[in-house]
Amino acid sequence: MLSSLHTQLMKWLVFGEWRAHPVRAMAAIAAIALGVALGFAIDLINGAALNEFSAAAKSLTGQSDLQVRGTQSLFDESVYPLLAEHQGVSLANPVLEIDATVPGQRSALKVLGIDVFQAMELAPDLIGVPQIDHPFDTLSDDAIFLSPAAQEWLAVKPGDQLRLQSGTDVVSLRVAGGIVRARPGQRIAVMDIATAQWRFGRLGKLSRIDLKLDSGISRDAFRRSLSKEFASESTNESTNEFTNKFNERLLITESADQEARSANMSRAYRVNLNVLALVALFTGAFLIFSTQALSVLRRRSQFALLRVIGMTRSLLLRQILLEGGVLGALGSLIGLAAGYAMAALALRFFGGDLGGGYFPGIRPSVQFDLTSAAVFFLLGTGIALLGSLAPALEAARAQPGPALKSGSEDVAMTRFSSPWPAMICLALGGVLTQLPPVFELPVFGYLAVALLLIGGIGLMPRCSAVVFTFLLNFLQSRAALLRKNQVLLLVLARLANTPNQASIALGGVLSSFSLMVAMAIMVSSFRVSVDDWLAQILSANLYVRTASNGETAAMNPAQQKMISTLAGIKRAEFLRTIPLTLDITRPPVIMIARTIDAADPGRTLPLTEDVIDATKIAVETMPVWVSEAMLDLYGYRVGQRVNLPVGTGVHPFTVAGVWRDYARQSGSIQIRLSDYQRLTADLTVTDAALFFNPDISTVSIIKQVRSLPFGNTVEFADPGEIRAISLKIFDRSFAVTYLLEIVAMMIGLFGVAATFSAQTLARTKEFGMLRHVGVTRTQILQILGAEGSLLTGLGIMVGFLLGWIISLVLIFIVNPQSFHWSMQMHIPWLMLASVAVLLLLSSAATAVLSGARAVAGDSVRAVREDW
Amino acid sequence: MSEVPALECRALKKSYADGRVVLSGLDFTLNAGEYIAIMGESGVGKSTLLNMIAGLDTPDSGSVLIDGAIMSQLTDDEATRLRRQKLGFIFQAFHVLPHLTLMQNISLPLLLNGESPARATQMLKAVGLDGRGSDFPRQLSGGELQRVAIARALVHRPTLVMADEPTGNLDPATAQGILKLLRDEIKANGASAIMVTHSMAAASTADRILILTSDGLHPLAPRTEHIAASLHAE
Repeated sequence: MLSSLHTQLMKWLVFGEWRAHPVRAMAAIAAIALGVALGFAIDLINGAALNEFSAAAKSLTGQSDLQVRGTQSLFDESVYPLLAEHQGVSLANPVLEIDATVPGQRSALKVLGIDVFQAMELAPDLIGVPQIDHPFDTLSDDAIFLSPAAQEWLAVKPGDQLRLQSGTDVVSLRVAGGIVRARPGQRIAVMDIATAQWRFGRLGKLSRIDLKLDSGISRDAFRRSLSKEFASESTNESTNEFTNKFNERLLITESADQEARSANMSRAYRVNLNVLALVALFTGAFLIFSTQALSVLRRRSQFALLRVIGMTRSLLLRQILLEGGVLGALGSLIGLAAGYAMAALALRFFGGDLGGGYFPGIRPSVQFDLTSAAVFFLLGTGIALLGSLAPALEAARAQPGPALKSGSEDVAMTRFSSPWPAMICLALGGVLTQLPPVFELPVFGYLAVALLLIGGIGLMPRCSAVVFTFLLNFLQSRAALLRKNQVLLLVLARLANTPNQASIALGGVLSSFSLMVAMAIMVSSFRVSVDDWLAQILSANLYVRTASNGETAAMNPAQQKMISTLAGIKRAEFLRTIPLTLDITRPPVIMIARTIDAADPGRTLPLTEDVIDATKIAVETMPVWVSEAMLDLYGYRVGQRVNLPVGTGVHPFTVAGVWRDYARQSGSIQIRLSDYQRLTADLTVTDAALFFNPDISTVSIIKQVRSLPFGNTVEFADPGEIRAISLKIFDRSFAVTYLLEIVAMMIGLFGVAATFSAQTLARTKEFGMLRHVGVTRTQILQILGAEGSLLTGLGIMVGFLLGWIISLVLIFIVNPQSFHWSMQMHIPWLMLASVAVLLLLSSAATAVLSGARAVAGDSVRAVREDW
Repeated sequence: MSEVPALECRALKKSYADGRVVLSGLDFTLNAGEYIAIMGESGVGKSTLLNMIAGLDTPDSGSVLIDGAIMSQLTDDEATRLRRQKLGFIFQAFHVLPHLTLMQNISLPLLLNGESPARATQMLKAVGLDGRGSDFPRQLSGGELQRVAIARALVHRPTLVMADEPTGNLDPATAQGILKLLRDEIKANGASAIMVTHSMAAASTADRILILTSDGLHPLAPRTEHIAASLHAE
C-alpha cells in the first residue's frame, strides 16, 4: 500500500507534468475518449436495436411456452386439432403470419391472423380493440386492426380503408381500430384468422401454433418428446398421424430460439462494426504510447534524479503507469458519457439500423448498459496503460547514473528496435489466419490483423534505420549533391541515427493508414465484386415484379402467359422465392425456383469453380445450386445428397454447384422452377425476367404490360436501375465504416501533431545550437518539414504494404467467415493515392507548424536551458 | 568502542567496458562529520567513484560500506532506500524538477521517506529563499537553483552528502556564496560530505582535499601540489 505521503508525491508529479503540457494530456484524453465513445455508442445502438427487435418478435408469440412452425413459411392447419388435443397441452393458439404487400410502400406490413378466443388467453396484447359501436369487429370478415405505428406509417385511422395486395389482386380492408398493446415503432396488424386465410389466399394454412402447456409439464421434456414424434422416431401409435402428415416438416421453437435467430442474423455485422469502432481506440493507444514514450524520454534525467534520491524502480514504474492510467480513465469516462449521448442522438434521428438493414421497423431507445460501460471503461484504461507500459518499463530499468546525462535518449529506445518481437507477432499473425472461426465469428482473423499491425509497426525503427542510412550514405557519396543539400544531410543524419524516436511519431498514423488501406481495398473489392455479380445476374432487359415488399403478391400461370406472349418479347424467365427454415436458431434460407439449364447452369447463375457435371447427379435426385453461406452454415458440399422440405414432402436433392450470392448471407438455394412446380403444385411466380427482341424499347414493353388486366399491380426495374439501387444500398451500409475510418485517421494525424510537437519542444536546445552555428530559421523549418515528409512518406509506403497484407486477411479470411461469401481483389489506386498525398501534406504541415514555435524563441536562452 | 565511519571504500576496482582501468584497488575512509573534496583530471573516475558510493554503479571488486552496510550486497530496492535515507545529492546541472514548485522539489526526499514536508520550509529559509516556495524553477537564477538543490540534499538529514561539481555552472561570486552555504549547512546538519570538483577554490572550503589519480586517492601533498595547481589554473 502506498502511504498518503507517497500518494501526495505521485499527485505532484502527475499534475506537475500535466500543468506543464496540458494540450498533450488533453490530446491523449481526447483520443481515448473518442475511441471509447464510438465503441460504446455502436454497442449501445446495436444492443438497443437487437433488444427491441427481439422484444418485438417475442411480443408476437405472447406468453406461449412453445411454438410449432413449419420448415416452410406455411403448413397445413390439420395439425392444429392434433396439437390442441395432445396430452400435456393446455391451450393451442393458431396463427397465420403474413408479410402483406402494401402497394406503393417499400416495406411489407406484418399481418397476424389470430383466433381471438385462444389469443385472449395466450397473447392478450395482440387483440384488436374495436370501436364501441362495432363490438364484433374482431370477428368481422373485412376488419383489420393496426398498431399506432402502423396507422401512422400508412396514414390511416379507424374507419379508413386499407389496400393490401394478394396475388395481383388488391384486398381492401376496413381499419377497425388499434390493438391492445404494441411496442413503440412496431408496425403490425391483427385480423381474424379465418378472414386472413380467405382474403390472402391461404385457406387451410397456418404459420405457427403457439402452445401453452399444462402446469407441471416440463417444457424441455415436452419439446424433446414432441420433436421425436415429428421426426417419426417414436413407435407410439398416437404419433403416426404426425409422422404420416408432417414428416420432418414441423419444428418446435421457443422464445430463446427467436432471440438466437435475431442475434444470428445480424451478429457478424454488429461484431464487425464494433471491431471497426475499436480501431479508433487502437489508434488512440498508439497516441498514448507516443505521447508517453516521448514524455518519458524528455524526462529521462528527471526520473533518473528521482531514482538517485530514493524512488524505487517499482514506485517509478507505478508513477508512470499512473499517468497513463489516469489519462485512460479520464478519457474513458468522458468517452462513456459522449458515447451514451451519441447513441441517444443516433437512435432518435436515425433509428437503430446503422446501415446494415437488419433492424427495420423498430424504434429502440437507448438504455445504459452497465456491463458494456464497464467493458469499454476497462478497454480504454487498459489500452492507455498498455501504451504506457513500454516507456514506463524503460524508465524504471534505466541506470540512473548515465540517464542523468542528456544525449542518451535514443539509446534508451533501443529496446524497442529489436526486430524479434515484431517478427514473432507477424509470424503468429500468419499462423492465426489459418485457424477456423469461433462461434461463426472470425476471432482469429481479427487477432491476426491486430498482430500484423503491431508487428508491422514494431519493425518501423529497423526499417527507418535501414532506409535512412541508405539514403544518407547515398547522399554522402555524391559530393555535388551534398553541396546543394546540407539541409537534407542534417535531416537524414538525424533520421538515420535516431530511428527509434522517429518511429514513435509514426505508430498512430501507420496503424490508421494501414487499416484505412486494408478497409479501402476490402470495400472496393467487395463493391467491384458485387457490381460484376449484378452484371452477371441481371442479364435480362427488364424485370417485372409483383411487389418489392411482402410475400402475398404473385402472378398466376395465365398472367405469366400474357407476359411471355407480348409482342417483342423474345424470352420470359419466371422466378419464385420461398423461405425455408432448416435451423430454428437461424434466419430462413431462401429457396429460389427459376429456369436453370442443368447442363449449363453457369449461363444463369454466377457459379464459383465448385461445381459438378450434370451427368454426375443421381437420377433419383434433383439438382440444387447452393450459395457459399450454405457450405459454412449447413455444411453442404458439392456432390452431397440432401433432403429438403419442398411442397408437401421432403425430397432428395444433389448439391450440383455453389453460386455466389451477395444478397442473402443466411443462405440460399437455387432449384429448377419445373422441379419446384412439380413438387408443390404452386404455379405462381413473383418475378419475371424479360428478354426483348432486337430494336424493342423498354418503354414499349412497359406500356404493354401496364395495359394487361393486372398491369397496375406490378413493378418494373431495368438492370441499370437495380444495379444503381443495389450499389446505393451497398454504399449506405458502409457509410458507418467510412466514418469510423476517418475518425481513426484523424486520431492518427492528431498523434503525428502531438508527437512532432513534443519532439520539437524537446529539441529546442538542438535548434538553438543550430541557430548559433548559422542555420537560419527558414532552414530549421525546412528541416522539420523534410523530416515530417520523409517519415510520413516511409510510413505511407510501409502502411500501404501492411494494409495490403491485412486486406488479404479481410478479403479471404474475415469476410468469408463473417458473411460467408468470397470476392475478387481490387485495389482503388486513385483513392489511396489521394489519401496518401493528403496525409503527406498534413503531416509535413503539422511538423512545420510545431517547429515554428521552437524557432520563434531566443536561441541563446535555448542553448542555456538545462531542464 | 570506535565510531563507525560514514563511508569506507575497500580495495575498489573498476574498469570501463572498453577495458580501461579507472580504479585499481582504492582504499579510503570518510569519518562521520568530515567534509572532503576530491580533485582529479577529467576521466580519472571521480564520477564513477561517486556512482559506486551511491550504489548507482557496481565495482568489479572490492566494497563500499556506508554506515557499515556493504552497498554491493544490497538489492536495488535496498540500495535505493539507503540512498533515500542516508544520502543527499547535489549536481552541477542542478537537476531540479521543472514542473514542481520549490517547496515541492525540496520536499521530495521527505515524502519518499514518508516524513512530513514541514522541514522543507525551514530549509528554504536556511538557503535564503524564504517566501519563494510556490515559485517554479524557471523563475530562478542558476545560483538560486543550486540553493534549492542544497536544501533538497539536506532536508531529510542525510549522513552523507555527495556534491558533483556543485559550482561548475556558476560564476565565481555566486559560487563562493554557494560553497559557504553548502559547508555551513553540512556542518549545521552534522552530515559528512564528499565534493568532487575541478576548482581549487571550491576544494579549499572542505576539511581536507584528496587527489584521485590512476593509482588511488592521495592527500594534497607536495607530490601532488603541481596537479592541484594545474587544476586551479584551469
